[in-house]
Amino acid sequence: MPRKEINVADKVEYLSILDENGELDTDLEPDISEEILLKLHRSMVLGRKFDERLLNLQRQGRIGTFPPISGQEAAHLGTAAALEPSDWFVPAFREAAAEIWRGRSLESFIMYYNGFAEGAFIPPDRNDLPVSVPVGSQILHAVGLAWAAKYRQTDRVAMAFFGDGATSQGDFHEGLNFAGVFQTPAIFVCQNNQWAISIPRTKQTRSETIAQKALAYGIPGIQVDGNDILAAYTAAKEAVDRARSAGGPTLIECVTYRLTVHTTADDPKRYRTDEEVAQWKKRDPIPRFQKYLLDKGLLSDEKIDAIESAVVDEIQAAVDNAEKQMKTMGDPMHIFEHAYAEMPAFLKEQKEDFARGLEEMSEEGRNG
Amino acid sequence: MAKMTMIQALNLALRQEMEKDDGVIILGEDVGVDGGVFRATDGLIAQFGEQRVLDTPLAESAIAGMSIGMAVYGLKPVCEIQFSGFSYQTFHQIENHAARLRWRSQGRYHVPLVLRTPYGGGVRALEHHSESREIYWAHTPGLKMVIPSGPRNARALLVSAMRDPDPVIFYESKALYRAFREEVPDEAETMPIGKSKIVRQGRDLTMISYGAMMRPTLEAAAVLKEKEGVEAEVIDLLTVSPLDDELFVQSVLKTGRAVVVHEAPRSFGPGAEIITRLMEKAFYYLEAPIERVTGYDVITPLFARENAYIPNTQRILRGARKALKK
Repeated sequence: MPRKEINVADKVEYLSILDENGELDTDLEPDISEEILLKLHRSMVLGRKFDERLLNLQRQGRIGTFPPISGQEAAHLGTAAALEPSDWFVPAFREAAAEIWRGRSLESFIMYYNGFAEGAFIPPDRNDLPVSVPVGSQILHAVGLAWAAKYRQTDRVAMAFFGDGATSQGDFHEGLNFAGVFQTPAIFVCQNNQWAISIPRTKQTRSETIAQKALAYGIPGIQVDGNDILAAYTAAKEAVDRARSAGGPTLIECVTYRLTVHTTADDPKRYRTDEEVAQWKKRDPIPRFQKYLLDKGLLSDEKIDAIESAVVDEIQAAVDNAEKQMKTMGDPMHIFEHAYAEMPAFLKEQKEDFARGLEEMSEEGRNG
Repeated sequence: MAKMTMIQALNLALRQEMEKDDGVIILGEDVGVDGGVFRATDGLIAQFGEQRVLDTPLAESAIAGMSIGMAVYGLKPVCEIQFSGFSYQTFHQIENHAARLRWRSQGRYHVPLVLRTPYGGGVRALEHHSESREIYWAHTPGLKMVIPSGPRNARALLVSAMRDPDPVIFYESKALYRAFREEVPDEAETMPIGKSKIVRQGRDLTMISYGAMMRPTLEAAAVLKEKEGVEAEVIDLLTVSPLDDELFVQSVLKTGRAVVVHEAPRSFGPGAEIITRLMEKAFYYLEAPIERVTGYDVITPLFARENAYIPNTQRILRGARKALKK
């Protein structure tokens, strides 16, 4: 036959467990311990409150530009929670709640967003990469990390995060293709928050879903309600388990929404309506998870208040601590550090000349 | 004449050229509805429509590659890469094709695209938003590399870039976008690409710079006059490549002393080429070693320490005074 149909996999699952009113699909309820459920809840609240505080600090000029996460806590936290600490966590730049979950200190964010490179330091007990700003570029690093983990015969996996905009980058397609070909234990988590700055998801790709792009690379893809932390966790757990047992990579599309600005330099009023934002606020991931925990008897309104107040105190202590520490972090000589393992001679010369310049200028200052 | 910021002047250049030539097409991330993250393309989609102002998906390599196709067809794509730190994904397309198609097709095709992108530090931005890496482009044969220093020359050079038959990489200092206003003529004026300009006359020292570094360089020249009575001649390159060495060589033949200022890292930076030209063409007239005041050979620091990196008036004065010794 000169022309016939080729049957390729064309099925993309959609998963939702807690609907926007917090109603549970009991058949799909994942088995998560009470301790982890409560920890997830506290982390979501902390992520949200910290985000709000950072926005407030930015408006006061106490930090520089930063990309808020509000609205996306369930998407990145629920997926990252399926990782073991020894797994590799490869963020973009809008995964703060997951970074905190992995052990990043609040102080380090404040320092980083004050322009101190020290804030990006990752202690050796965490297999996390620092944030990656060039959109989508980190996806390939997760493929390499996962390949290496397999080569070294560990059961570790790597999870990469990115947004809907990143799926237009070549790096995304190259990453999924390599992961498919080499069957690397990598999980690709797309936080589809509907907007890449001013470009809506519908203008980012003609595809109906982002999840379906996985099929072209011969790997499974699933779309989940990214504002449902149980769905995000469940999909990620399945993908992590599959990757860990040599089942290869998975693409997870978390359908979520950026409730505030792209970064604090952005003005969303130029490109989207307040009505749209209001619609998505009704689908906020936090109240629905709280309803679930209230229904299960794990939380009470009093407990929620107590958690919120403890979280606010924790944030305040971190702000105080970071601001105190930053007072002693001004040494400009720091710019010469970490460019090379061993500082080359030409750079030593530059560093010495820089120091002499500082000295001369301070002498001039003293001499008026 | 109207007083304008650089961002307004660039917007004017784009608008007038689009009115004049329906082959001028704008494309990039957030250039349409949002008007560009710095608002360089503000209002253009309203005036010219979605056919001529393309809000593209998020893919820098695709923006550059598609622009090459448009340019080969005979259009004048003006693509915007949101920050020069994200322009490296275009490098593959620009180096392998934009810069070479004229040669590869032995003159049959040419690629008259303009790639506009904000560069440089000084706006308290995140990583990848403060680099000054003009040398990557300047080092690539077939490309032109233009960096204006103020509203009026930015407008004129952008018009010239859009009319240029070769690919032009157009770096815009984001620190200058709204730093000051200048009179900008209503009628489109052009400035020749590949020509530098003397912006201050002097006989004692030649100061060579471009882009955002022109302001501290001119400030340093004013201090030298005021405190030491030194008359510095200041040259604004305006185009980094092809480098116009005529004016600065003539100047150094007169002054015998020179200091080069750039924000880009020091080693293999623009200063290395400028100084080499002086060695080739003015060596016997030099009274002292040529100084360069530059960024250091380190990763561009985050903003808490970027002032330690970016040359300022004091550092330029220090370099100038060294060049004036002996």
